[in-house]
Amino acid sequence: MSVSAQKRGGFRIKGNAIVMGLYLLFLLLPIYWLLTMSLKTNTEILNTFTLWPRDLTFDNYLTILTDASWYTGYLNSMAYVVINMVISLAVALPAAYAFSRYTFMGDKHLFFWLLTNRMAPPAVFALPFFQLYSSVGLFDTHIAVALAHCLFNVPLAVWILEGFMRGVPKEIDETAYIDGYSFPRFFIRIFTPLVASGIGVTAFFLFMFSWVELLLSRTLTSVDAKPIAATMTRTVGAAGIDWGVLAAAGVLTIVPGALVIYFVRNYIAKGFALGRV
Amino acid sequence: MNKTVNQKAWFLILPVLVLVAFSAVIPLMTVVNYSVQDTFGNNQFFWAGIDWFREMMASERMWDALGRQIAFSAIILAIEIPLGIFVALNMPKKGFWASFCLVLMSLPLLIPWNVVGTIWQIFGRVDIGLLGYTLDAMGIDYNYTQNFYAAWITVIVMDVWHWTSLVALLAYAGLQSIPDAYYQAAKIDQASRWAVFRFIELPKITGVLMIAILLRFMDSFMIYTEPFVVTGGGPGNSTTFLSIDLVKMALGQFDLGPAAAFSIMYYLVILLISYVFYTVMTNLDKRDGH
Repeated sequence: MSVSAQKRGGFRIKGNAIVMGLYLLFLLLPIYWLLTMSLKTNTEILNTFTLWPRDLTFDNYLTILTDASWYTGYLNSMAYVVINMVISLAVALPAAYAFSRYTFMGDKHLFFWLLTNRMAPPAVFALPFFQLYSSVGLFDTHIAVALAHCLFNVPLAVWILEGFMRGVPKEIDETAYIDGYSFPRFFIRIFTPLVASGIGVTAFFLFMFSWVELLLSRTLTSVDAKPIAATMTRTVGAAGIDWGVLAAAGVLTIVPGALVIYFVRNYIAKGFALGRV
Repeated sequence: MNKTVNQKAWFLILPVLVLVAFSAVIPLMTVVNYSVQDTFGNNQFFWAGIDWFREMMASERMWDALGRQIAFSAIILAIEIPLGIFVALNMPKKGFWASFCLVLMSLPLLIPWNVVGTIWQIFGRVDIGLLGYTLDAMGIDYNYTQNFYAAWITVIVMDVWHWTSLVALLAYAGLQSIPDAYYQAAKIDQASRWAVFRFIELPKITGVLMIAILLRFMDSFMIYTEPFVVTGGGPGNSTTFLSIDLVKMALGQFDLGPAAAFSIMYYLVILLISYVFYTVMTNLDKRDGH
């Protein structure tokens, strides 16, 4: 029994590697295909089937990086993602503190009501948002998209932050008040640094959900604040689809996310461990 | 943790309330407003009562979309949850390879959803895509724009590709929190691998798994961009899920009344199912607490 168990243990390590290898291959193959296509010429893409670029070219990337109507798409996306992160964190921090520390009238209902906004299908809100932001003159601005994304990002931020704040012992608050700290000073000087890793994880998820969303950001913009994801539809022209440029634009949208993941890689598991996504 | 009663905490919540009221309550009220009115254009509205709701309840189009939506969510949950747990069990526990796997696995989660669609659109094409070309060369008739089964399989595989990592990462985080002592005890008892999973690992990750199921349910039920880019809801209507149908109705045909009634029922279905999950989840939390 123990011998067979050991044998199985020995086999399992190799088995693990095979499973992970296959899974990662499954994840990376489509991305690899996008990457190779972005480095091929359109003639090569359409006329021959090659597993890697024979005729390596960076023209597709040059097209995007030199054409203002392309690269402003990236800047627009970045702008509303950052604005959204700042707004969401600013309002969610005090609220999460309240939920983690106090009981008050209707707190549980309020918390669930906040979560229901995370469950709201963007498709339901697309048209009303369009009308609302048009009527207050915010249509086609970065702030409109940022505010619209607050719909699902603020509840998310409150949810994640509340989990982190619950882990900070309450004695710290009490000691600070005895030492004569006022609430705002305590909150900014003492409490916020204590939940810094939580804020990092939250910012990561805020970035993620705002960056990947398209339906609302496309509905609320036309020219000035148009996100890169919407710009990509431009590649469909009279002469068919410009596959090379489309693939290059796709690859460039993956880069910011990949950079963010790299920087927070040690926190991701921690954030997930709190089970608040 | 014991919480103190403090009604002033409301002031801390106030900014969130104001913001969410602006970005959720006002639009939702607009939807409710449209759902009970009819118009002949020129912004002239009159009361229509529950006519739109009655019409939508009788509409075959909506029931078909709902059926497809439920089938889709059920299938992807049935694949992603077990597969995610399986991957998590096989991930390296620490060191370089653990971060290596974490980084690569998170990658699909941060790709904009329409790019996810584009990636699979390209990947699956018979003329230029690796997958489509390979299947075609093997003599399999695969064309996701024409063939019903090919379209469904593509959309499902795409979702599995996109989101299994989320389930795996959550389950992995849950597994990391199990103390070594549990495994040592299991070893002394000569427990089988299955017994270790069934009696140690699974109970410990139940809480995280409920969150994974809740998230995957909500997000798959609202799916729009990815299938829209790949199949456009076709062939025919075979991959027209609720959100795709709704956007078509509201922004395409501008049928405000029916679309609003549709929206409200759609939202209520999600709320209802999510509420059940949420209640189960908080009860589990309480049980763990004691």
